[in-house]
Amino acid sequence: METLSQFPAAASATNSASPQQSQGKALIQTKGLVRTFKSRKGTVEAVRGVDLEVREGEIFGFLGPNGAGKTTTMRILTTLMPASGGQATVCGFDLQRDPGKVRRQIGYVSQVGGAEPMETGRENLLLQGRVYGMSAKEAQRRAAELVERLDMQDFADRLVKTYSGGQKRRLDVALGIMHRPRLLFLDEPTTGLDPQSRARIWDEVRALHDQGMTIFLTTHYMDEADGLCNRLAIIDHGQIVSQGSPEALKQEIAGDIISLGLDTQSNAVEQVTSQLRERPFVREIQPTPEGVQLYVSQGETVLPEVLRLLDAQHIAIHSVMLARPTLDDVFLRRTGRSLRESNGAA
Amino acid sequence: MAKLLRDSWLMFKSQLNVSRRNPVWVFIGMFQPVCYMLLFAPLLKNLVGVPGFPRGGAYNIFTPGLMVMMAIFGVGFAGFGIIGRLRSGFIERMRVTPVSRLAMILGTLGVDMCLFLIQIVLLVAVGLLLGFRPDPGGLALLALLLILAGVSMACFSYALALIFKDESGLAASVNLFVLPLMLLSGIMLPLTLAPDILQNVAKANPFAYAVDASRTLVAGNPGDASVVKAFVIIGVLALVTTFWATSSMRKAAM
Repeated sequence: METLSQFPAAASATNSASPQQSQGKALIQTKGLVRTFKSRKGTVEAVRGVDLEVREGEIFGFLGPNGAGKTTTMRILTTLMPASGGQATVCGFDLQRDPGKVRRQIGYVSQVGGAEPMETGRENLLLQGRVYGMSAKEAQRRAAELVERLDMQDFADRLVKTYSGGQKRRLDVALGIMHRPRLLFLDEPTTGLDPQSRARIWDEVRALHDQGMTIFLTTHYMDEADGLCNRLAIIDHGQIVSQGSPEALKQEIAGDIISLGLDTQSNAVEQVTSQLRERPFVREIQPTPEGVQLYVSQGETVLPEVLRLLDAQHIAIHSVMLARPTLDDVFLRRTGRSLRESNGAA
Repeated sequence: MAKLLRDSWLMFKSQLNVSRRNPVWVFIGMFQPVCYMLLFAPLLKNLVGVPGFPRGGAYNIFTPGLMVMMAIFGVGFAGFGIIGRLRSGFIERMRVTPVSRLAMILGTLGVDMCLFLIQIVLLVAVGLLLGFRPDPGGLALLALLLILAGVSMACFSYALALIFKDESGLAASVNLFVLPLMLLSGIMLPLTLAPDILQNVAKANPFAYAVDASRTLVAGNPGDASVVKAFVIIGVLALVTTFWATSSMRKAAM
């Protein structure tokens, strides 16, 4: 399989006009990735033809309900499990042919973490650094740096089995970045954490991103995918149902909703409807008990124009609300189910 | 090769931290052999002189067999440590790093073999007090043979742990093999006392050769054909099981 990243010069020369060029070359590329498991009931297809592209410098989110195939895909990309079919390159190396070279470039934080509970946090960090080839001194220095950066001074020299959930998670992240990987995989990094620890992990992910690390994370939290990721793929039943920036995904599907509160005793509703019906930016107008709802594309640019138009007609407006669709609306539209419900059921 | 040694040493140190912080298990491992020496061996004294019972004192017959039994029984459950490390995600974390998979086995094996050697030393010490009189050179060779037997059992146990991934599966499968292996090796009582049919079945048991050789070594006949045979059989077994454990480690998934 040809990989873009093996020809970085050629890639940037041909793409120099594209705005995506600034986001760098592809660090993950998959084509038709498939993974099947044999069980007593027959063959289960956990991943069914996943095509992904993650570019250098991105925080890329993999959003989907539990059991959608997120973790399986991540385990394939981190060399833990062979794919049953399809092709993938990670950091420019073919996963199947060069897993050893892939391993040197990536860091991985699994859902359970992977720290040895009967060793201290620092001992875990030192081992992690050493197996990536650091000298004892280098590993000491880097461990000390991470202990300070992640604010682990109070517990770094205690056995990991005594850690709280949030403390353990901080160590897990430190272990994942100990060797300064180019690409970091985070599997459900904030699942089961309290809001404070969650915010802390988000801050750390953003800080790593600012330093140029590429991050691939899975999540079943919409707000996490929305607030943290530059781009994301939504996966359901082992297939990608949508891929793009959170903004693009929401826009492509639903547009925005402008709710106008009007004087419903007068003929304001009819007036508004007749004024706006023919405008190109209005997709649909629906009367509501308080007034009307306009379905528009790019509500933030349309809203001032709507207000100007109605003001010119001396139509009184009691209230205005601009609502954006959520990723749940996107998921709903693509799969017919709500992400919240899917998570609850799983 | 340098990387393999370096990685093995790193994994050894990590495993040593874990083992020395669980001293209860180490203590239980020491308690068993002493029990056998004090509570079972005296019963054998009266068997000396019975037709079919080998010549040489009761302790010279029983102690070497007991050492092989420690290799089968004590070391056979070494895989439990692997299960803990599978469950904590430690093994998975290591498998994403470039660390040698063989080193992951060898590091753990190193610690388990150290513990096993301490048990053997303890056994010899108690034995000497009671009347065990081994040939010194033979005893040194026996230690080597025991290590090979221990490596075989430990790697067998690691592989099962990596395949079953939980304690009950490991315990059941190890027990399934360990009991017949032990009974058909002539540890408790020499196989020379057994009917022909059992003696023939025992020929398929590699540890029967080890027990045989262990008594010959203690008696001071290191050049005996049974010793060479045992080293070849147990040596091959150790290699095969190490390979099996390493390939299971390569594929291990929780």
